[in-house]
Amino acid sequence: MSVLVYTESEQGKFKKTSFEVASYAKAVADQMGTTVTAVTFNANDTSELGKYGVDKVLNINNNDLEKFNANSYASVIEQAAKKEDSKVIILSSSADSKYLAPLVAVKLDAGYASNVVEAPSNTSPFTVKRTAFTNKAFNMTSIDTDVKVIGVSKNAFGLKESSGNASSEDFSPSLPEAGVTVQSVDKATDKVTIADAEIVVSAGRGLKGPENWGMIEELADVLGAATACSKPVSDLGWRPHGEHVGQTGKPVASNLYIAIGISGAIQHLAGINASKVKVVINTDPEAPFFKAADYGVVGDAFEVVPALIEKLKAFKAQNA
Amino acid sequence: MNILVCISHVPDTTSKINFTDDNTKFDTNGVQFVINPNDEFGLTRAMWFKEKQGANVTVVNVGGPETEPTLRKALAIGADEAIRVNTEAKDGYQVAKELANVVKDGGYDLVIAGRESIDYNGGMVPGMLAGLTDANFVTNCISLEVDGTNATAIREIDGGKETVSTSLPLVIGGQKGLVEESDLRIPNMRGIMMARKKPLNVVEPSNAETETSSVKFEKPVPKGAVTLVDADNLDELVNLLHNEAKVI
Repeated sequence: MSVLVYTESEQGKFKKTSFEVASYAKAVADQMGTTVTAVTFNANDTSELGKYGVDKVLNINNNDLEKFNANSYASVIEQAAKKEDSKVIILSSSADSKYLAPLVAVKLDAGYASNVVEAPSNTSPFTVKRTAFTNKAFNMTSIDTDVKVIGVSKNAFGLKESSGNASSEDFSPSLPEAGVTVQSVDKATDKVTIADAEIVVSAGRGLKGPENWGMIEELADVLGAATACSKPVSDLGWRPHGEHVGQTGKPVASNLYIAIGISGAIQHLAGINASKVKVVINTDPEAPFFKAADYGVVGDAFEVVPALIEKLKAFKAQNA
Repeated sequence: MNILVCISHVPDTTSKINFTDDNTKFDTNGVQFVINPNDEFGLTRAMWFKEKQGANVTVVNVGGPETEPTLRKALAIGADEAIRVNTEAKDGYQVAKELANVVKDGGYDLVIAGRESIDYNGGMVPGMLAGLTDANFVTNCISLEVDGTNATAIREIDGGKETVSTSLPLVIGGQKGLVEESDLRIPNMRGIMMARKKPLNVVEPSNAETETSSVKFEKPVPKGAVTLVDADNLDELVNLLHNEAKVI
């Protein structure tokens, strides 16, 4: 019996979320007095996983699994879980993991809790804390089945290093019909994505027009951040829908969220509530966002943002 | 094409969220309920299929009689018929099981659900429904075309999008982008009058078991007051972010 963790990689390299879910799995395994097994897909070097508590790696090298396919990947995880007699399967909250998890749950007849933010408060009954009502509340959920599937929220648990070495074993599961075939992928590889970003720089209608986004991108660039926007901005077509943050857009759980020219509608605040530190820059001191923020600057974005870029550049030069 | 659109009955996005009964139950007092926004995009896409390619559109909800106004609104928008599975929705698996029975009985080619509801945000029903009915599945769907029994969809991935091909029967988890926000429909008087005459069938549940249970709710800890920094002293902001918040 071991806790099974699904690790995501890109071009053979693990994503940071893989280490976060491994850290979470280690905490669960410690509570249950068992070990952690990771499933990897075409990863180059699996030894890094040992640093985050993984005891054993089931290493899959298969060209047919080069591109993510939910049905095939779910079947692989099912077979790995059965092989390891895993009662708990841990995934992240990436788009791919959220695609996979319900399919895995059905295959294993397992209860599934998504958006989990803490290690289980109890393992009998198995109880986890998850966000609900788009971050306006938390729900303590008990998973009542023998096998449990958990989706861990990004940045909620963090990375926890532990001293250990992961043993590695090649694993060759059988693959089902894919059902869905990837035709093309359109991804800006040089940009930090909202899902992976530690810092998100977001702007709203206060920017007055799409032509003014240059300084937002420059600020994001200086911070190594992703860019995002409020709903009206994506509705107006100033920015792509994929950047819309809020209740009907993307949720953000970054370490730092900088909101520029966004008043702070309740739907937007719900989408960013899980971010740890919030900074707001707005001309209107009565903007509701100031009540939700940790730090605020009352001022004109067209003056504050360029000045902030210069200050951050100087800070980076000093701390390089 | 026979399309089923799964409709969640959720609190309006502006709702204040409170709990009763020692924080074990959602407080519905004064809360306006609406069609889950992700489902509304799906319903609008289903209307497009109906009008451009010919399709029969059924909407379904798992819930008590209090959810019927939401189903009637979907009928007023243009769905042909509605089904309500007469049981309280307790967890995603139970809802997916009840929906799977509806899908098997109705022989639907395409099932459109929202990628998640905005109340419990479980994001599990569409995937579980696909798994339980052996249908193909695409979630975070921002485009869907159907040609005969073949389908092409675009799904949002982290940092971009992916175009996939698949075939019917298909379940999708839809979201914003599936149709433009400006294409969403507000029921007109004629639609509302017609909706009264359309069938709303109440079916009894199979009493599927749940796999999870809600123990209690908590609200986030109230935040302290904002620290305001003078616009002429941005060094201080950089200093606070570095030394106090430790995020840069």
